[in-house]
Amino acid sequence: MPLTFAPSLSTLRARLACGVPGLRRAAIVAGALLLVGCSPSGEPWQLTNVSGHLPDLDFVLTADDGQPVTGASFRGRTTLVYFGYTHCPDVCPETMARLMQVVAKLGADAQKMRILFISVDPARDTPQALHAYVGAFDAQHALGLTGTDAQIESLARRYRVAYRMEKRDADGNYEVTHSSAVYVFDAQGHARLLATDHDTADAIAHDLRRVIYDTA
Amino acid sequence: MTKNLKSLTVTLGCALSTFGSLAAFAPAAHAAAGALSAQDAWVRWLPGDLPAAGYVTLKNDGDQPVDLVGVSSDAYGMVMLHQTVSNGSTQKMVMVHKATVPAHGTLAIAPGGYHLMLEKAKHKIAPGDTVNVKLQFSDGEALDTQFAVKAPSGQ
Repeated sequence: MPLTFAPSLSTLRARLACGVPGLRRAAIVAGALLLVGCSPSGEPWQLTNVSGHLPDLDFVLTADDGQPVTGASFRGRTTLVYFGYTHCPDVCPETMARLMQVVAKLGADAQKMRILFISVDPARDTPQALHAYVGAFDAQHALGLTGTDAQIESLARRYRVAYRMEKRDADGNYEVTHSSAVYVFDAQGHARLLATDHDTADAIAHDLRRVIYDTA
Repeated sequence: MTKNLKSLTVTLGCALSTFGSLAAFAPAAHAAAGALSAQDAWVRWLPGDLPAAGYVTLKNDGDQPVDLVGVSSDAYGMVMLHQTVSNGSTQKMVMVHKATVPAHGTLAIAPGGYHLMLEKAKHKIAPGDTVNVKLQFSDGEALDTQFAVKAPSGQ
């Protein structure tokens, strides 16, 4: 069942560069056009600022303990959302590993945030499979979520996540093409930042602290 | 396409297991024969029977570029060379048949680019283990390489 929700993040990010023409030109010269976000206080974010451009954290899914869970369950904590799948040996674990570095850099502040690994492969990613997967990284700060095809599809559309099942091989295995961005929601559930493969653990930790302590 | 490579891997696996057992008795001579070497080889372990990725840096001290053309392991039923390809904001994995190690240069098989896709573990594998992977090159050379199995976070 092929599903695609493109064009998505790249177009969004292209629109998110600061709206000042002079600044934009300077950013082009700096070779960092799409990575420059602007905060009200003027200090630029290191990640992409998506405040006001994406809807609040809201979903109904199944947690890796088999219990139903909603977006509201995570109010009060800064929440990182990553859409991935467990049969993904390269990009997904590399992204999770980078988030583990972020957790280490945050130290005690990591208690104020949660990482949600939301499966775009609900057919194979049962709560049990997700529990083992997420637990292999960090059961304390990370949680795996899955749902029905319709639940995942609706959530992916809400956050403009593109994903598509690729053709099955002779053994019935398949890959899933998907966005690898990490979404950051603040304690009120507002979408704030987007981290991509190009953002280092240091940059993510730096901006997360600002969101956790609301010093934007 | 997939089927062809699989049979190729199986064929290579059989050929190399014979070759590998002979080479084991003469490692020094084997190393001296070729211009290729492998460094920092590791596997990112994942729980259950999930496919794992293997990474390694290949160094070529020779005057000619050499292609990595075959991969196999006695620890996994299937080993393939994959590449992660980005297209805008999305990424997908594709199978590739070779990867070139430039003359007097290195090829990094590293996260986000090339990786060895390791599937169907033949026995229980855990972080802290080492697994043997045979790398076969276009010049006929083969490197019997020990990969350190690490936790998913890479530690």
